[in-house]
Amino acid sequence: MSLLEIRNLSVEFQTVSGSFRAVDGVDLDIKETDLLSIVGESGSGKSVSMLALMGLLPWTANVTADKMEFAGLDLRTISNRARRKIIGKDISMIFQEPMSSLNPCFTVGFQIGESLKQHLGLGGAARKKRSIELLDLVGIPAPAERLKAFPHQLSGGMSQRVMIAMAIACNPKLLIADEPSTALDVTIQAQIIDLLVDLQNEKGMALVLITHDMGVVAETAKQVIVMYAGQQVEQQEVDSLFAKPRHPYTHALLNALPERSLHLDRLPTIEGVVPGAGDRPPGCLFAPRCEFVQDDCSQNIPGLQATELGAFRCFHPIDYTGQG
Amino acid sequence: MFAFILNRIALLVPIFFGVTLVSFGFIRMLPGDPVVALAGERDMTPERHAEMMAKLGLDKPAWQQYLDYVWNLLHGDFGTSVLTNRPILDEFMELFPATIELGVTAMMLAVVIGVPIGIFAAVKRGTFYDQGIMGLSLVGYSMPIFWWGLLLIILFSGIWGLTPISGRISFLYDVPTVTGFLLIDTLLSGEEGAFASAMHHMILPTIVLGTIPLAIIARQTRSAMLEVLSEDYVRTARAKGLSPLRVYGLHALRNAMITVITVIGLQVGTLMAGAILTETIFSWPGIGKWIIFSVFSRDYYAVQGGLVLIAMIIMAVNLIVDVLYGLINPRILHTSS
Amino acid sequence: MSNNAVDSIPAGNRRTSALRQSLIEFWYYFSESKTAVIGLAFLVGIILMALTADVIAPHDPAVQYRECLEQPPTWGAEKCNFAFGTDYAGRDMLSRIIYGTRLSLVAGGMVVILCLSIGIVFGVVAGYFRGWVDIAIMRIMDTILSVPGLLMALVLVAILGPGLLNAMIAISITYLPHFVRLTRSSYITESTKEYVIASKVAGAGKFRIMFITILPNCMAPLIVQATLSFSTAILDTAALGFLGMGAQPPAPEWGTLIAENRDLMLSAPWTVTFPGLAILLAVLAINLMGDGLRDALDPKMKRS
Repeated sequence: MSLLEIRNLSVEFQTVSGSFRAVDGVDLDIKETDLLSIVGESGSGKSVSMLALMGLLPWTANVTADKMEFAGLDLRTISNRARRKIIGKDISMIFQEPMSSLNPCFTVGFQIGESLKQHLGLGGAARKKRSIELLDLVGIPAPAERLKAFPHQLSGGMSQRVMIAMAIACNPKLLIADEPSTALDVTIQAQIIDLLVDLQNEKGMALVLITHDMGVVAETAKQVIVMYAGQQVEQQEVDSLFAKPRHPYTHALLNALPERSLHLDRLPTIEGVVPGAGDRPPGCLFAPRCEFVQDDCSQNIPGLQATELGAFRCFHPIDYTGQG
Repeated sequence: MFAFILNRIALLVPIFFGVTLVSFGFIRMLPGDPVVALAGERDMTPERHAEMMAKLGLDKPAWQQYLDYVWNLLHGDFGTSVLTNRPILDEFMELFPATIELGVTAMMLAVVIGVPIGIFAAVKRGTFYDQGIMGLSLVGYSMPIFWWGLLLIILFSGIWGLTPISGRISFLYDVPTVTGFLLIDTLLSGEEGAFASAMHHMILPTIVLGTIPLAIIARQTRSAMLEVLSEDYVRTARAKGLSPLRVYGLHALRNAMITVITVIGLQVGTLMAGAILTETIFSWPGIGKWIIFSVFSRDYYAVQGGLVLIAMIIMAVNLIVDVLYGLINPRILHTSS
Repeated sequence: MSNNAVDSIPAGNRRTSALRQSLIEFWYYFSESKTAVIGLAFLVGIILMALTADVIAPHDPAVQYRECLEQPPTWGAEKCNFAFGTDYAGRDMLSRIIYGTRLSLVAGGMVVILCLSIGIVFGVVAGYFRGWVDIAIMRIMDTILSVPGLLMALVLVAILGPGLLNAMIAISITYLPHFVRLTRSSYITESTKEYVIASKVAGAGKFRIMFITILPNCMAPLIVQATLSFSTAILDTAALGFLGMGAQPPAPEWGTLIAENRDLMLSAPWTVTFPGLAILLAVLAINLMGDGLRDALDPKMKRS
């Protein structure tokens, strides 16, 4: 049985100039110890879909889904009170900007202890003991002293470790990491990703890693979802995705990796930008930027086609049969 | 933190000299002969004039007069009232508790109502409640409070007969002065009904004096909260599964308070200006009424002394607010060494 | 057809059409707020009332109808027909309030003009020269700010003598620091930008840089401050008038009207109620407009 099962999730924002569809028909299946990666450009709806799952979107967002179940609970109809019992405990999330994600007015110890008190009802001494364990677990030196530190006294990498400690405080079944390393120094990025993967193995939890860094995906994930303009365009296991991307967008993304274009003089790019609220094309959303575009692409909307390895959303996927 | 406080005190020094220079200049810039203006006597003989001039120190060079003046101020000598012949400081201290009492209750009213409705408006942003609260607070902010006071007297005292028109307490009670704060003194005296009478007299003046600070605090709390609510750490707090009360009332409010405390501190000046009008309307025997009376009776030493004392009190309050700001803001309190 | 309107602007008027474009854009943002438009409409109404006071006021504000002392408001009565009643001397309250708009608007306008002109010069000078000139100007402004505005105004009026003109001067002095600070800080922000350096390189003189290159880019916050000061100046003029330190009777200044009828407030409440309502509505209208202006001019606030 899946831990998390989502069918046809859509999110629309009401704006002054009409409604804008940020997430469009996303399906997701996550099992107990999965490591799933969601990749895509900025504005492709990766974060929004996960925030929708957490119930953290502003009231201007309209979330619809055919199915959205976590551990047998229907998240569409759940009351706010019941949802607050799950989020922060069974599902937790860490964010892109660790420095601003911690409250500047409270100590590290207070902010970790708060989760422990809220969900596990631990007393003062137990909270302190557990907080020190957690900080130790995420690799923070001198954890007992660090409890009294305020966020402005920590570096970005340290702050993200504290965020991770807070997120795993109640042994979640699912941890969502929203671009956890993007805002950090390059040297720290790998440490944070390694830490997350280690913790996942150790704790046996599911991990959703949102990123726009294909390198991170290649090193960590098992399953990969590629998103474009709010839609899922491809889903595969990581090895086959890198070897044989079916969707032209995935193909173009991979070609844009510097490691893959060492033989070229110029790094390939994808011309154009992700369509915004006002300029969504009528057919396939990627058609205007696609190098394999054909006439029918801009007339009909392609559906998600399942294959034995995953799924893709394209009329004319890249065909590898001739290559053997 | 210590350096922060020292820095704030250092900033006050030039302002202190500026204020003393203004109050010193005030007496010299009065129209007509300063000796006549200050002595409050008419038809002086030339001898009397020369005698007064020497007594007032007006025969010395201006810079020396100023130094003498500041020297005296630093030794607690704020001059002597021409009208009562008593030291200005004594008169001021006698009347000041009445103004503090009114100012504190007005401020409490403004904070106790203003902060929660500001938070409420921010959380319910864009709704009917938000627009209603902001509309009302704009009316409060635009209110001519001297008229507001008279209007309340017409309604509550004149038409409905619910509240007294003026004064601090009914003339039936004779409460011995201990602290000068009537609410405390009436309790200490144990006289039956005295406390209730004092409270009764405070209702309208408190509302009138509190209206503008209330409106300002509500507006500023709302905008501070709106700014904080869009911060990442508020999302983190919600992602922890905390209740809205804890997210807004603790995580957001604690940060918004850093701004709100400053706004509240700045209202002390508004309160003093408001006290001049409110005390005049309600015949409240405090500093505001005294200043107006001194201006009209040409007791210029009293006006001068009052000006300096009020400026110093406001400076002191601002210093306290700055320190509070440092205490509530961990980025200043815990500067990493 | 309407599309041709833009095309039909002659090429020589490009400059004015750019100004027109920005005005149209400003109006688009300003008119998004209904309350701001209501405030503006009300203010226009008040200004028209002040301009046409001679025509629309039903009576001469100074004439005392001895047979109609303290007459309550009546509509269409045969004898003593006064819509807002009469005061202690039998003068028509409505006419006095209509004429009073002139005094309040002139007072508010004068204060704003004085503050803008002097404040901008001081602020630009402080921002341009920096160093001790800056320090001296800013410490003087700090000193003025350290005393509550109304108290400072009272002291100044005590020196200058009571009267509407002196009240205006006194109020202007107490508001000056806000304008100086605002001008100085936005001047300093602007002065580090590239276009200023470009202008210096091109050989522009001191005054050209100060007042023609940089100043226009500092105007938006100053306009907002001017609007808000306009309303508070009306309030403070009325407060000084009420305390007997502003306009002197028989001038029908709104605060003075309240003061001279204060003894009648319980027996003839209309004599106090209507002038105060006039102050409240005028100030409220200007503040509503000021809020709209701030949202329309300040790009940082626009999004919220």
